[in-house]
Amino acid sequence: MAETLKPFISALLQKGKREDGREPYDYRKISLEINPLSRASGSARVKIGETEVLVGVKMDVDVPFPDSPEEGILIVNAELIPLSNPDFQPGPPTPGAIELARVVDRGIRESGAVNFSKLCIKPKEKVWIVFVDIYPINDAGNLFDAAGLGAIAALKNAVLPKYNEKEDKVLYKELTKEKLPVVHLPIMTTFGKINGSIFVDATKREESAYDARLSISTLESGASSAMQKGGTGTFTEKEILDIFDYSIEKGKELRNLLK
Amino acid sequence: MGSKFGAPEKLIVNGKRLDGRKLNELRPITIKAGVIPNADGSAYIEQGETKIYCAVYGPREVLPRHLMNPDKAYLNCIYNMASFSTPERARPGPSRRSVEISKIITDALAPAIFLEKYPKTKIDVYIEITNANAGTRCAAICAAAVALADAGIEMKDLVASVASGKVDGQFALDLNEAEDNYGDSDMPLAMMPRTNEITLLQMDGELTKDEIKKFIEMNMKACAEIYELQKKALKEKYSTEKHIETGEGE
Repeated sequence: MAETLKPFISALLQKGKREDGREPYDYRKISLEINPLSRASGSARVKIGETEVLVGVKMDVDVPFPDSPEEGILIVNAELIPLSNPDFQPGPPTPGAIELARVVDRGIRESGAVNFSKLCIKPKEKVWIVFVDIYPINDAGNLFDAAGLGAIAALKNAVLPKYNEKEDKVLYKELTKEKLPVVHLPIMTTFGKINGSIFVDATKREESAYDARLSISTLESGASSAMQKGGTGTFTEKEILDIFDYSIEKGKELRNLLK
Repeated sequence: MGSKFGAPEKLIVNGKRLDGRKLNELRPITIKAGVIPNADGSAYIEQGETKIYCAVYGPREVLPRHLMNPDKAYLNCIYNMASFSTPERARPGPSRRSVEISKIITDALAPAIFLEKYPKTKIDVYIEITNANAGTRCAAICAAAVALADAGIEMKDLVASVASGKVDGQFALDLNEAEDNYGDSDMPLAMMPRTNEITLLQMDGELTKDEIKKFIEMNMKACAEIYELQKKALKEKYSTEKHIETGEGE
């Protein structure tokens, strides 16, 4: 499909247009639903156009890593379930699923979005471990930004379950009112490139045709906490710096959805 | 809701259950058809706090090819729990439990589908439990039947399903979580309501023949109720009224 699709999408972009009538730097309609799932400590449903992603946060108590004995642990996982896309197969995580989870992970981890020093119960012995699980329900393109937004939204609205320190038991069914300490709101924005034209929020068809993509997680301060280039194409230095500016600007728009 | 129950002393007080229902009352059920645009057919069901998506892809090419049957379609149902759907985080990937449930769901749906009309193809039914709170296999079957119909696959009938069980020595319909965990017995059943043919039956506990009869009849009556909700969901998707009501459209 991509072979015939690419010249078409490329020609439109040269004129500053897209198949669905958007401008190159417009997102599709974004909606965010907070805590739709009662089992999770925190959860979010993100829709970007027809793309829909569910993100859930679960917590447990575990032994800290030896190199950070007084800090909680973050684990981000994505399951690209075959329910959401006719091309996804059941089975162990694909490289695509692992990349998605790791890029979302870095955006959150490196920004210091979660204050992990507050998630220590007993140094060297017991800390909170925070699982962020990403499940697409319908993949109509740009899972990265939907997952990134869902992850920070679910974390921001997550509360800790009860923990009985004497018996060393997490009471998973009893949530406290204590919020997960989220101090920054990193926002991921992903750009595509086709024959030199740059655009944001690719649809599935645009994803199948683009040469390369660049995801940037940005912070309130105007800095970035993670970047990832994907696809077999290339970017120039100028393109990357231009995309960075757009990313900061788009990040501000998307961050407003979390407030 | 169910999360506060823990291990209660009594599950039924003055003929009412802990969630306020009567013994023969279903939890509130919402079914929607056509919720996943990528899929050929799809459905969403909420039954109390149980929340499930189902997508149907196919009939399509059979991969791996050795599964191809020249006489009929290969039906592949996969029941998967999202890792945040259970009280303690579930490890992603199949478990022994989910593999068994996938198999019995396949067996429960197959009798309703004209598989012989789609030789050399595969029909994939993907079920995702996003919030598990008792009765997930039965709710999944209800959603899957709607998703198959939504995909335009030729069927003899829909399949409706519900579980009931003995709780504090009494017969309770559509068990909630506490009843499921602490009740005495549990019988999930699925059927084609038009012909009253039973396509799934499981039981654990201890029941006499009379009790089994009573449970089957109780479940069948409830399946007829669910059947109406399934048909309503399909009609809602395909009726023109819906577009008028929602105005600008989602």
